[in-house]
Amino acid sequence: MLSNEERMEIEEELKAVPFKRAASIDALKVVQRHRGWVDDQGLKDVASMLEMPPSELDGVATFYNLIFRRPVGSHVILVCNTISCWMMGCEDLLKRLTERLGVPLGSTSADGGFTLLPVPCLGACDQSPVMMVDGKLYGNLTPEKVDEVLKENGWKG
Amino acid sequence: MEGLSERPLTAMMKADKSAVTLSEYEKAGGYQALRKALKTGPVELQRIVKESNLRGRGGAGFNTGMKWSFVPMNAEGPRYLVANADEMEPGTFKDRMLLEGNPHQLIEGMIISAFAIGASQAYIFLRWEYTLSEERVAKALKEAYAKGYLGREILSSGFGLDIRLHVSAGRYICGEETALLNALEGRRAVPRAKPPFPQVSGLWGRPTVVNNVETLSNVPHIIANGAEWYRKLSRSEDGGTKLYGVSGRVRRPGLWELPMGTTIGEIFEEHAGGMREGMNLRCLIPGGASTEFLTDEHFGVKMDFDSVMQAGSRMGTGTMIAVDDRTCPIGVLRNLEQFFSQESCGWCTPCREGLPWVEKTLGAIEEGRARPGDLEVLEMHGASLWIGRTYCALAPGAMEPLRSGLKLFRGEFERHIKEKGCPYRH
Repeated sequence: MLSNEERMEIEEELKAVPFKRAASIDALKVVQRHRGWVDDQGLKDVASMLEMPPSELDGVATFYNLIFRRPVGSHVILVCNTISCWMMGCEDLLKRLTERLGVPLGSTSADGGFTLLPVPCLGACDQSPVMMVDGKLYGNLTPEKVDEVLKENGWKG
Repeated sequence: MEGLSERPLTAMMKADKSAVTLSEYEKAGGYQALRKALKTGPVELQRIVKESNLRGRGGAGFNTGMKWSFVPMNAEGPRYLVANADEMEPGTFKDRMLLEGNPHQLIEGMIISAFAIGASQAYIFLRWEYTLSEERVAKALKEAYAKGYLGREILSSGFGLDIRLHVSAGRYICGEETALLNALEGRRAVPRAKPPFPQVSGLWGRPTVVNNVETLSNVPHIIANGAEWYRKLSRSEDGGTKLYGVSGRVRRPGLWELPMGTTIGEIFEEHAGGMREGMNLRCLIPGGASTEFLTDEHFGVKMDFDSVMQAGSRMGTGTMIAVDDRTCPIGVLRNLEQFFSQESCGWCTPCREGLPWVEKTLGAIEEGRARPGDLEVLEMHGASLWIGRTYCALAPGAMEPLRSGLKLFRGEFERHIKEKGCPYRH
């Protein structure tokens, strides 16, 4: 069941579009904002509000990189691994992050604190290498600075 | 304002990188072009922009006024304008500067452009990761509504426009204009067949123009100062200035607004300061990942759409990636193809199946697992994923660096195969 807040926020999105389907990405984001990810029941409930078959909405949900159909940690780290950041040492950042969090890229740390994901070019190539934590951009990174960013986000190490 | 006549896009921007406020924008002449435009009329606006020779800054370089002129102006029903702010071309970070630094410039450009094509609804299609842009554009939109620059009746002109900010959920293909329209309709962002072109049948089957952020940000200045002034800003046939950028191991990575047609050498050496101490330039990718490599032999080439094309590549987004001689060029290609392979939308077979094959073959060569015939496999893909073989430009774009890399780095490929591994990793 969608919470009242989720339902109200989705209805708000529906007001702004000429066809219900057009709100599908925004509606999925509402659920993700509240739950951290989009679970099966949430997806079915949104589909019913949008009058779409759940399979079709899942086709939309799974198409986009940043709609999560599996649980993620309290913080989501997106590390750019595209060309400029790759040349500027993103592999060193990834090595440090996977060591510190004890999991490979694409996974969530055992304590549920952090999910580590690759992301295509973040459009901040003059500050390479870069990463984002919960929507905040960090540039000109080194493995040492990665430790500081982790601590800033509550990593106990 | 000082510099505004030479660097219209960025002269107003602030050193502390905070956004130009509405009052600062107005004080520097902002929203005056809108007043002028509303008195000028759509057909005349289209003519001025066409004559200015403003060419699409998203990378394709199509004449903007010409693009607008394909919209059927007497058709019944709604028409749409979309600002493409889904900046995701690897190595490209120019629209971020315009979105974060001066969102009102974009909004004014959108209102004028929407008026020129008779659109009463517009969208800004923004990538999710541009969170600061989202915050600043949303604030600027609110201010523009409060001041009567947006809404049902703009400055008592009888023209009304609503602009809605759509924040995407992340996928490179959304930057392709027809895939972007599918995303706005709430569908999987796969490209559509052309024709019909979006100007005739776009969003919900209605006439739609999709323009890049930098393109739209130029429009107020063209209307304020005229087509001739705009053409004279340039050192080449294409009009205006251009936001050029350089990233990689250069002394001063960054962005600069310079006359269109500034040479590659000037941008690279004078503005980016050349390579860092102890490194040499191996090659550069002139305009985002999907363009062919150039080298220092091309320093004299003007960075404009036609000149770079004649040199065998494309200007694309105008933001260069400099590759140094300590970085493995096969690794560069592998990284680029890994990106394209991941971001293929999967809609058409050559792209969905071919790009992972290319990526794996490059991986095998780099890791010393090459097999006889691997280079021929790569060459075969360079032909079979080329223009005309796929639904959209993603796969041909992916083949541009590969095709040129196969020629330029032939010796490096052979060395990797012979030595069974990457000599740069030792």
